[in-house]
Amino acid sequence: MSNSNGNVDQYWKKNIQIVTILLSIWFLASFGFGIIFANDLDQINFFGFKLGFWFAQQGSILIFVAIIFIYIRLMKKLDQDFKEEIDD
Amino acid sequence: MSIQSLTYLFVGISFGLYIFIAIKSRAGSTHEFYIAGKGVHPVANGMATAADWMSAASFISMAGLISFMGRDGAVYLMGWTGGYVLLALLLAPYLRKFGQYTVPDFIGTRYYSNTARVVAVLCLIIVSFTYVAGQMRGVGIVFSRFLEVEIETGVIIGMGIVFFYAVLGGMKGITYTQVAQYCVLIFAYLVPAIFISILITGNPIPQFGFGDRLIDQDIYLLEKLDLIMTDIGFKPYTSGLKETIDVFCITAALMLGTAGLPHVIVRFFTVPDVASARRSAGYALIFIAILYTTAPAVSTFARYNLLESTHEVSYQEAPQWFKNWEDIGLIAWRDKNNDGLIQYASGNAFDPVKPKYLDSKGEFGERVIANNSQASSGNEVYIDRDIMVLANPEIAELPPWIIALVAAGALAAALSTAAGLLLVISASVSHDLIKKTFATNITEKKELLYARFSVLIAVIIAGLFGIYPPGFVAQVVAFAFGLAAATLFPALLLGIFTKKINKEGAISGMLAGLLFTLAYIVYFKFMHPELNSSSNWLWGISPEGIGTIGMLINISVSLIVSLVTRKTPDEIRDLVDQIRQP
Repeated sequence: MSNSNGNVDQYWKKNIQIVTILLSIWFLASFGFGIIFANDLDQINFFGFKLGFWFAQQGSILIFVAIIFIYIRLMKKLDQDFKEEIDD
Repeated sequence: MSIQSLTYLFVGISFGLYIFIAIKSRAGSTHEFYIAGKGVHPVANGMATAADWMSAASFISMAGLISFMGRDGAVYLMGWTGGYVLLALLLAPYLRKFGQYTVPDFIGTRYYSNTARVVAVLCLIIVSFTYVAGQMRGVGIVFSRFLEVEIETGVIIGMGIVFFYAVLGGMKGITYTQVAQYCVLIFAYLVPAIFISILITGNPIPQFGFGDRLIDQDIYLLEKLDLIMTDIGFKPYTSGLKETIDVFCITAALMLGTAGLPHVIVRFFTVPDVASARRSAGYALIFIAILYTTAPAVSTFARYNLLESTHEVSYQEAPQWFKNWEDIGLIAWRDKNNDGLIQYASGNAFDPVKPKYLDSKGEFGERVIANNSQASSGNEVYIDRDIMVLANPEIAELPPWIIALVAAGALAAALSTAAGLLLVISASVSHDLIKKTFATNITEKKELLYARFSVLIAVIIAGLFGIYPPGFVAQVVAFAFGLAAATLFPALLLGIFTKKINKEGAISGMLAGLLFTLAYIVYFKFMHPELNSSSNWLWGISPEGIGTIGMLINISVSLIVSLVTRKTPDEIRDLVDQIRQP
């Protein structure tokens, strides 16, 4: 019982870690590049776009999609490890 | 064939398809009626979520709003997609694991209290009706412009269709209808965007096209647009005008609100397991991103086309669409400088902003309006933001079948969202209020009957909102997000990620968030619209962004009240442990 509780705690800790890292990227891509630093990034030309404008209207959305799919992969692996340990 | 008969044809075919699907996927039990029997494939659920999510506001209004906001329009783009990251990472998997029928169900169980459940139902109903109002206005606009029927008739037809398949099929019927509606709406959005992108820049991919060079000049489209706009006294299109803090808060409120919207969350209850809930959030965002990355391109093209085809053009030679939209009261022009030419400039053309038409025609055949001219501005034109997407194919002189397609797509977007909203409203009434709170001993059959009956009531109320619309579609909808962000999102988040928050904390938190946000919005939007400017706002945050502060208030109140009241019972701590495991 104590062993499986340890596993649950471990699983939850890892989960929080993954979520924290991914949400930092989420924050940086949208609030960071698209809003707070947008004017500075606008000095850079990116395929015909000002970079800050591009992040605000395109880039952030593409990064959001990537974040969710990375999360799906990491959690799939974490779920598998967790199940194996419970079975052992 | 004329545009009108093509529109009847396309709309007729798509409505027939929705009804066919509804009959094929009738719901026989409450389990099917509320959550489609938990048998929906993640990809299908992704599409249904996308259609559920992308409303008349996304389809009709958003690109138009961005068109007039420039870079600041990103609040909608980021706000309405970024919320899915929060949903996928923080809520959907756990709520699916919990595995009940409605959002108030989770709140009522987690906070072991029917009071919490009823407060959640109250928040849900306020949020969902605010949102539904926007959809009905969208249906009305499409019907009156393209099918030339009265707005009232249009709303009644739309309501009839939604009522039919929501009552018959419940969640199961809605899900598969929404899959079809997604296909219709995304096709209808992309086709004109691709055509216009080719016409203006020669690039068939709109996402790249609006960063490309103009087809006939060696200059980037965005650069050219910035030049034209600064020439006539606007700020450049690619620059931000709003205060950074306001942009920050509006984006945050829209994101947090998205993650807290009951009709979206409930879609994740329909898949078989936790892993599918995560996957369908990913698919949903891909399907949404296809439209959301196209929208800013459409905005840029529309603004450019609009200025090119009407600025400094005489009213008599102005394109036909200009007069069509003037006829139904969404464009107005007054020749302030008596030169017979249409001129744009920054600032509002008239005072009050919205035109009030008189029954006569002016010197050039334009509709005469009663409004005063805004003396400080040389602007001669009022353009309703809601028409930009609908008028875009006409402005770009695309063939009639594309215009008809856009009308069918706009209806698909509005109806799919309305159906999803009406269903969560009815489920919260029949399941949470009747079955779980006030008449706990009714049979399942009776509950199903109540569920269908509450859809009827909800449809009628929504129809009234459509006939007496409260304002711009996207703006009205924006308030629903602020309220969801300040009430439901924190209650759900805290319920999963902390065990400390008890029923007293959650209830007082939700009420504090609701009252604060609602009071702020009502004060500035309804009681004192004349004070609604950044110098009077709290820390420069507009009513659209105040939900972010409402959320912080909710969380603080929840934490403080929980600290000074009783500890959460052990069985609730066990429940939280349980939903945290896959």
